[in-house]
Amino acid sequence: MRPARLPAATAIAAVAALTAVTGCTEKSDAKGGGNTVEVTATDDKCEVSKTKLSSGHVELAIENKGSKVTEVYLLFPDDRIVSERENIGPGTKQKLTAEVKSGSYQIACKPGMKGDGIRQKISVSGGKAVKRDPRLDKAVADYRAYAQEQADATLPKVKLFTDAVRKGDIEAAKKTYANSRIGWERTEPVAESFGDIDPKVDLREDGLEEDQDLEKDWTGWHRLERSLWQDKKLGERDKELATLLDKDLKDWQKRVGKAEITPTSMANGAKELLDEVATGKVTGEEERYSHTDLVDFKANVEGAEKAYGLLKSVASENDPALTKELDKQFAALDKLLGKYREGGGKDSYEFTSYDKVGKADRKGLQDGVNALAEPLSKLAAAVVSSK
Amino acid sequence: MTHDTAGTAGATGTSGTSGTSGTEPEEAGSGKGNSASPSRRSLLGWGGAGLALGAAVTGGAVAVARSGEGEEAVPASSAGGAVAFLGKHQAGITTPVQDRLHFAAFDVKTDDREQFVQLLKDWTKAAARMTAGHEVGEGAFGGLVEAPPDDTGEALGLKPSRLTLTIGFGPSLFEKFGLKDDRPEALVDLPRFPGDNLDKTRGGGGLCVQACADDPQVAVHAIRNLARIGFGKVAVRWSQLGFGKTSSTTPGAQTPRNLFGFKDGTRNISGEDNSALAKHVWVGEKDGPDWMAGGSYLVARRIRMNVETWDRTPLGEQEDIFGRDKGEGAPVGKAKEHDEPFLKAMKPDSHVRLAHPDTNDGATILRRGYSFTDGTDGLGRLDAGLFFLAYQRDVRTGFIPVQRSLARADVLNEYIQHVGSAVFAIPPGVRDKDDWWGRALFS
Repeated sequence: MRPARLPAATAIAAVAALTAVTGCTEKSDAKGGGNTVEVTATDDKCEVSKTKLSSGHVELAIENKGSKVTEVYLLFPDDRIVSERENIGPGTKQKLTAEVKSGSYQIACKPGMKGDGIRQKISVSGGKAVKRDPRLDKAVADYRAYAQEQADATLPKVKLFTDAVRKGDIEAAKKTYANSRIGWERTEPVAESFGDIDPKVDLREDGLEEDQDLEKDWTGWHRLERSLWQDKKLGERDKELATLLDKDLKDWQKRVGKAEITPTSMANGAKELLDEVATGKVTGEEERYSHTDLVDFKANVEGAEKAYGLLKSVASENDPALTKELDKQFAALDKLLGKYREGGGKDSYEFTSYDKVGKADRKGLQDGVNALAEPLSKLAAAVVSSK
Repeated sequence: MTHDTAGTAGATGTSGTSGTSGTEPEEAGSGKGNSASPSRRSLLGWGGAGLALGAAVTGGAVAVARSGEGEEAVPASSAGGAVAFLGKHQAGITTPVQDRLHFAAFDVKTDDREQFVQLLKDWTKAAARMTAGHEVGEGAFGGLVEAPPDDTGEALGLKPSRLTLTIGFGPSLFEKFGLKDDRPEALVDLPRFPGDNLDKTRGGGGLCVQACADDPQVAVHAIRNLARIGFGKVAVRWSQLGFGKTSSTTPGAQTPRNLFGFKDGTRNISGEDNSALAKHVWVGEKDGPDWMAGGSYLVARRIRMNVETWDRTPLGEQEDIFGRDKGEGAPVGKAKEHDEPFLKAMKPDSHVRLAHPDTNDGATILRRGYSFTDGTDGLGRLDAGLFFLAYQRDVRTGFIPVQRSLARADVLNEYIQHVGSAVFAIPPGVRDKDDWWGRALFS
């Protein structure tokens, strides 16, 4: 429910630690005059004066000739940020500098500061090549694919749910509700990184602002959850909301593959999934009408485990004690969750209704989450300390 | 007088803290010139204690400072100094009572003995650093930006504030790690006392840590960081914040009052009275088991006070209930607070009379309890009372006889209720920088 995107400064620092490329956007004392790229940004174009550069100090001289505020990024091919400059107003000029090693890069202009931006490829040659751990590039690529798979698999499950709502079939809608959310919950930090989709689909009643109307402005899964379990009826508005949910999640599906993902954002995203459990699921706030919190809980843990699994080979080289502890705590939490499975095999998503889970059991779940989340918070450090 | 290094404590300039750190000398000595030293020696030697609810005479902000040479009275809390962590006994028992408390009890979650021992070592290390006023591990800032810092940071810039951290082992710990035969006989499960209304979620625990400091932020920081280091191995079961110490181990001019407005617990064992400490507080070599020698036993009780009904009680009745007058705190029929009470002059069910060692075959305990208020209780009543902490050589001859006597007859029971309860074995102190909490038990 919170924006999970790494602050820009953190993302840059992460990249710096990974690759020894330093973004220094404040400096304007560009040394190599021949290494300046003029970037002309408009509302639909991102023109660069050259696409071949020498390694070392690079300067982007940016001019916004468009009508919208824009931002310009220097990116690695997998979308990790080398350096960025935000809030470049129409008609203004800004400079962005970076120390860059040889390799291929992209420059992206984002008119309106939204979307993937308009891209230009550039190549940097000479000097030392950027030292990159191909395992981390692969981890990012695999995680991106995972996020996409989850979104692709979610859409039909959501349609089962929304079709039931549109038909006014309360029982069928209730049955398909929790299942429709699993893919989303597994990859929540990625989905949240877009900022605009999350409040449309996953907002809880108490997330509305003071001037927002409960009937008009509240959309998404939890609004329908309330209709189904609390109001126990489906009206015209619910049918509209079902269609809107389909549409908003289609948007998510389209964008998820292009999310900004770095090894550190994966590691901290895994921790954030546990934070979601600790603050929203353990308390029963997330699914306050349906009490299907344990389904979300399980999905959050699975998503965290996926990200961890992809980073594990690198992390275990740098901090074997940490990965040993993480393996143990993931297994312990899975086992603990298993206690609340109602029928079905070990892959079943039929969990005890959370209103039936007593205080002492909730404390046990919280203890299990703490036991995993604390070492998980150290995963990013174990990933970036690799050389 | 002779002293142990850890127990009596105070601001230390030269005595050992952790291996990596020492207290700033100027902090330790800064109070020397303006000491408001009471004539403590003239007040020493009251061996008796026994008021179960209680305040005692205190030196206020005055505490004992210790240097390499000898001792001088120094207002240690205003100096914000550090209390020596190493010593024969753990600090935080006879240490002049600090102003604030954060007490936490933990459940042991791990079944892995090695992992648990590592936790005790990690905690010892962190405790040595924090009591010396240093950050945990690599500190609170300046490290990798992608990782959370080792220290949570809210005590940055604050003085050591006489922080003491005292660890205890609860009965349930001895159910684990093959420790059944090591459980001391003196660590009994407390019997049920009449009137108890114990909330299981506010009692028990396999481990406890008592954090006392003159600054609440320092005490809370210490527990929070230990809890964090412990995640996965131990989990906080319950905790209690306390303020307004209700008893003192440094007899002085002022007696703090409890939330009923009374000076209660005038008699407490002085932290300087080594013969009384040896007799009533420290576990002796022959008391058994060996690993407890130099330790003690702690009883913690959360005692809720019905302050609203108390406040509607006539003054005369209030004074009869305690057996002391409200203004001076003198025992019935006497003029001064410290006058020897004449028990027979008090009502048979008065609190002081029932709690007195003479009524309980000499049972004597060292108290360092705190008042608490945890807001209101949902019915608009102040959720307040006394968080009672008593140290003794043997629970069977310490707390139990006193509480039996009180629970049966104390007229004060109309206004109080025991709602939380726990008992812990307090191991001896950490001797040197290679030693760790509980080593004698686990080695």
